[in-house]
Amino acid sequence: MIKAILIFNNHGKPRLSKFYEHYTEDTEQQIIRETFHLVSKRDENVCNFLEGGMLIGGSDYKLIYRHYATLYFVFCVDSSESELGILDLIQVKVFVETLDKCFENVCELDLIFHVDKVHNILAEMVMGGMVLETNMNEIITQVDAQNKMEKSEAGIAGAPARAVSAVKNMNLPEMPRNINIGDISIKVPNLPSFK
Amino acid sequence: MPAPIRLRELIRTIRTARTQAEEREMIQKECAAIRSSFREEDNTYRCRNVAKLLYMHMLGYPAHFGQLECLKLIASQKFTDKRIGYLGAMLLLDERQDVHLLMTNCIKNDLNHSTQYVQGLALCTLGCMGSSEMCRDLAGEVEKLLKTSNSYLRKKAALCAVHVIRKVPELMEMFLPATKNLLSEKNHGKCTCFIRGNCWRSALGLNKCTLSYFLPLTVILKNLIMSGYSPEHDVSGISDPFLQVRILRLLRILGKSDDDSSEAMNDILAQVATNTETSKNVGNAILYETVLTIMDIKSESGLRVLAINILGRFLLNNDKNIRYVALTSLLKTVQTDHNAVQRHRSTIVDCLKDLDVSIKRRAMELSFALVNGNNIRGMMKELLYFLDSCDPEFKADCASGVFLAAEKYAPSKRWHIDTIMRVLTTAGSYVRDDSVPNLIQLITNSVEMHAYTVQRLYKALLDDISQQPLVQVASWCIGEYGDLLVSGQCEEEEPIQDEVLDVLEGLLVSNLSTPVTRGYSLTAIMKLSTRFSSVNRIKKVVSIYGSSIDVELQQRAVEYNALFKKYDHMSDLISLWVSLNFNKPWCFLSISQTFQLQLLSPSSNVVPALNQGTVTQVIRVLNPQKQQLRMRIKLTYTHKGSPVQDLAEVNNFPPQSWQ
Repeated sequence: MIKAILIFNNHGKPRLSKFYEHYTEDTEQQIIRETFHLVSKRDENVCNFLEGGMLIGGSDYKLIYRHYATLYFVFCVDSSESELGILDLIQVKVFVETLDKCFENVCELDLIFHVDKVHNILAEMVMGGMVLETNMNEIITQVDAQNKMEKSEAGIAGAPARAVSAVKNMNLPEMPRNINIGDISIKVPNLPSFK
Repeated sequence: MPAPIRLRELIRTIRTARTQAEEREMIQKECAAIRSSFREEDNTYRCRNVAKLLYMHMLGYPAHFGQLECLKLIASQKFTDKRIGYLGAMLLLDERQDVHLLMTNCIKNDLNHSTQYVQGLALCTLGCMGSSEMCRDLAGEVEKLLKTSNSYLRKKAALCAVHVIRKVPELMEMFLPATKNLLSEKNHGKCTCFIRGNCWRSALGLNKCTLSYFLPLTVILKNLIMSGYSPEHDVSGISDPFLQVRILRLLRILGKSDDDSSEAMNDILAQVATNTETSKNVGNAILYETVLTIMDIKSESGLRVLAINILGRFLLNNDKNIRYVALTSLLKTVQTDHNAVQRHRSTIVDCLKDLDVSIKRRAMELSFALVNGNNIRGMMKELLYFLDSCDPEFKADCASGVFLAAEKYAPSKRWHIDTIMRVLTTAGSYVRDDSVPNLIQLITNSVEMHAYTVQRLYKALLDDISQQPLVQVASWCIGEYGDLLVSGQCEEEEPIQDEVLDVLEGLLVSNLSTPVTRGYSLTAIMKLSTRFSSVNRIKKVVSIYGSSIDVELQQRAVEYNALFKKYDHMSDLISLWVSLNFNKPWCFLSISQTFQLQLLSPSSNVVPALNQGTVTQVIRVLNPQKQQLRMRIKLTYTHKGSPVQDLAEVNNFPPQSWQ
């Protein structure tokens, strides 16, 4: 079972944190910090498996991580998961490549500004600490369909809300009662207030 | 009230913060805005606010005031709201909060929703953080979804079911009939989920029922291996490796304690092992799983050898991850399949030179496990070389390992002493405390090696006095066998008495010596007073330490001084130092010039506890000058870890014995 999935950058700032077991907020931040310390000390050419820190469970749990450019992808798993299998999950076809397809050459900024989208993609892959789907195309299909649903909703329903707020913020100057252009006189009717 | 800013704006703003304090300020401001927006019950912007709240939660700021809002979002009709709401529920809520029970009804409605994605969201949330009450209430709905024709939902329902069973084990029977059909799924995704579920259930001990799944499982596996290229499941040329791995794991659980199924599995396992391509990592993942399965079930020996050979091949792989898993697995099997693992000994020993710390540690443990009488010399050479060059964190374990191995398999006493000396000189400060008395015991017992040993130890002492265990052993030896050192029995240039005393005195004054070491060297100097002729020098040294700050040294020096003074005019002293270590007694004697003593062996090595027996030792005295016999006995022993000393004097030998 996967206990937690963490993505953080080279300075330890979390870009995504999903825990499949409950910890308090403080503990979660502590886990992120501790994991960052353990993982950032590792040299580039050592193996990608680490024994977990004290907080997240001690001896039965392993950290499997991969370092891509400025980001660390860390999966904290227990002994029932195959280590090499999880590595494949991160690397080969699944997580990173799916992100790549969804964001067109994903980079750290994409993850920063679209955290909710990344969560949605992850939710199609891993559920309740267990791997749900490993076929990249399948995952992308589902995510796209859901995004379309969202857009269609917001498209119609969101428009009035946006229009209202736009007008509310409009700074309507005082309308002149009479407009005199040369000898044409236009009387402007009393317009109701927009409030 | 202006519209709340979008998530992207918030992120952009926070990124411009230069310090932690600035960021905190921005977030607090935004939190206040969000809180007032929540109070206004603004439906349109709720999801935006909750999204921002989740982002702040990820950065580590408190976000609990958003929990109820998540519930409101879940109850909304819009998909967008529900999505964020469920995400918020998964991140912010857990079973310890009472709020989550309010979700139950929402989830129940959503599980029956017309849109599959909404149902999917509900299943996902239930599967992540459903409490046992919620699971009990909603188990029926989940089971219904397991039988639905929608494959997307079936998949999620399967995993949700696993979570439900984990929380409420009694519900297992409810799900069994539905899941049996999942095995014949065309779509591999479902298969995988079902198999996971089964794994978990089997682990709970439901073995008999699950055996009926056995045959279909092997069929699936066979199809996967034999089938040609299937684009939708292909990963680097292998069809659906994740499924294969899962099936292998399930086979492992099924066959663990069951002979029949283990036997039936042999064929398919052999097939997987030989047909899988190893050039890519995915192939290796499958092979690794196969090896683990073979090791765990009661497989035949040919298959086990095949498995260990696969592991041996892994050790030669360039990828360090593969080497790591190979070493870990070999460590687990070395006890049961010792001979097969021996064949890969040279590769394992090569891994000692790897750069990676985790690999080195495993290689070291494995090497110690592989040492036996036949390969002890070669292995010890490699291990000593490793000891020289390894990091300090390994030295203590390696040294203890070397001692143990040497004790069990030493081909000769000389080799044994050489090895121990090598360890003491290279890693002396890392050896355990009890290695010093062990070594002393060993040296005492190898009578023929005394001269060789004391000479080598003396030379080592000349080179380096910083390694305390070495220094302690060396000073003890010199005190005991100092006469051999200067008497011409050594093969090389022999020191004169003054040089030896210089060295020992140097130990006493050096800053590097611990109090224990000083004690050893003072005692050694004292013992030499009866072996060497420069007694005056020794007396001077000993009297200086009569006023030493160290209590232990002071006590010893004062006693030795007393010995000198008391029996100075009569050089007829017998001092019998009997040191009885209650595990290993040894007995050493200092002989004065007037008497000759012959010490016969004691009746036993152990003094029985609780006064149940005695140890007798016969001492024959040749007393040509008819001097009075006096005997002083000093007993030093450790009692519950602390040293004890007992002194006794015997002055009342009957006159007939010496006249």
